[in-house]
Amino acid sequence: MAKTYVSATINGESAEFLCETQQTLLDVLRDVIGLTGSKEGCGSGDCGACSVIVDDRLVCSCLMLGVEAEGKSITTIEGIANGDTLHPIQQKFLEYAALQCGFCTPGLIVATKALLDENPNPTETEARYWLAGNLCRCTGYDKVIRAVMDVAADMRGETVA
Amino acid sequence: MTSLSYAAPTSVDDAVKLLAGSAGLAKVLSGGTDLLVQMRSGRLKPELIVDTKKIPGIIGIREENGAFIIGAGTPGAVVEAHAGLNAAWPGLVEALDLIGSTQVQGRCSLAGNLCNASPAADSVPALFAAGATAIIVGSKGRREVPVEQIPTGPGRTSLAKDEFILEFKLPVRPARSSDAYLRFIPRTEMDIAVVGCGISVTLDANGVCTAARVSLGAVAPTVLLVQEAADVLIGHTLDADTLAKLDAVAQAACKPITDKRGTIEYRTKIAGVLARRVAAIAFDRANGIKNGKAH
Ligand SMILES: Cc1cc2nc3c(=O)[nH]c(=O)nc-3n(C[C@H](O)[C@H](O)[C@H](O)COP(=O)(O)OP(=O)(O)OC[C@H]3O[C@@H](n4cnc5c(N)ncnc54)[C@H](O)[C@@H]3O)c2cc1C
Ligand code: FES
Ligand code: FES
Repeated sequence: MAKTYVSATINGESAEFLCETQQTLLDVLRDVIGLTGSKEGCGSGDCGACSVIVDDRLVCSCLMLGVEAEGKSITTIEGIANGDTLHPIQQKFLEYAALQCGFCTPGLIVATKALLDENPNPTETEARYWLAGNLCRCTGYDKVIRAVMDVAADMRGETVA
Repeated sequence: MTSLSYAAPTSVDDAVKLLAGSAGLAKVLSGGTDLLVQMRSGRLKPELIVDTKKIPGIIGIREENGAFIIGAGTPGAVVEAHAGLNAAWPGLVEALDLIGSTQVQGRCSLAGNLCNASPAADSVPALFAAGATAIIVGSKGRREVPVEQIPTGPGRTSLAKDEFILEFKLPVRPARSSDAYLRFIPRTEMDIAVVGCGISVTLDANGVCTAARVSLGAVAPTVLLVQEAADVLIGHTLDADTLAKLDAVAQAACKPITDKRGTIEYRTKIAGVLARRVAAIAFDRANGIKNGKAH
């Protein structure tokens, strides 16, 4: 069956690819484009490991078709750092040891980026609800939430006592 | 292997032609948060996917003669950010907001929730309670249908093969009107309703109910609109007697099943309790008492 030609912007650069209808955006990112940072934990929208930002909205790339990316702007975990300089969110996750196996981490970092883009000053409750769709088998979430609250304060130019 | 085609038409006519012309199963795609899960599990094997999101008007919210019109494919996150809808229809907004995670909210739509036709769909009782109508388009033109006529059984709707929903129309809101939605789940996020309840009311200056619609989810093969429950509210304030009657008629309307989420007896009891609580929140809101989110 013929593949569809899709043209999109991925991490600020124009990207063109061919994909089959049943391929998800996650399949395309990982298997066609070679951006393997986004993970497939479940493939059913439950775990958030595949989180990406599409036109300013956080979505599960496993629940979007690759063909739907036509004309869209997509940010993946690979687009979060600035060259070799880690984004403050990534730096803070390291400092707080907010990861163990790291499988959930790309999704959590992308989801945190989307949270702070929309709400630079979330309460802890808001942060926990926002991240409720990102499952982590290892950390128990507390270090994640502490890292998120602290980096939010840093990015607002405050420091938490 | 498979021969799955995809089209993203930019007009209603093109979309209808594609749906009508498909030899095999054709599915409309909004947010894909049900459709893609079902396709990936192998439960659904469509031949054609018609992505309707590029049709003008199908995404977005507008006001027409004082009534809100919500595009069928509008993502939950867009609805929740709309101040006017939050003020006039807090129950509908909170019901849609309960669906899934932030990621799911970026995509999930009212039309998808309604047409997936799960008896436990969260926004559907609120949509029934609101008295919303769906503007349906197809080969024979357009028709406007009360939302409660759309789901006909689990996973089944009254829409013809070549039809889809373009938008939802909410009625003009009289003064002292409001709504609320609650679902019961064993945790606070990311679960499917054991029971859901949506209620919309209009009160007079003395707090007496002059119009009501009551809807229950997850207690029958489809979401139910419970006329008997509306009847016990109309003409009354929400006193102890009215609450007791509401509880009883809500329980009597239930035809649930027993599954891992709850037994028949449990679901029936919960339906009565939820109806009381939702009515209290909706009456408070209609009386101008702010009470935040119902959940
Ligand atoms: C992790 C996760 C959590 C979830 N949690 C909840 C929850 O808490 N509560 C809940 O109720 N649901 C939940 N859902 C289910 C789902 O997100 C909702 O039902 C959602 O509203 C579906 O909308 P959609 O736009 O994604 O639909 P789609 O998947 O695009 O479509 C669903 C069905 O509706 C049809 N359809 C779509 N648009 C139209 C249209 N315009 N006209 C006619 N037919 C149409 C499709 O053909 C398909 O059959 C969850 C899903 C996931 C993945
Ligand atoms: S892989 Fe997409 S949500 Fe789990
Ligand atoms: S660090 Fe292992 S899943 Fe989160």
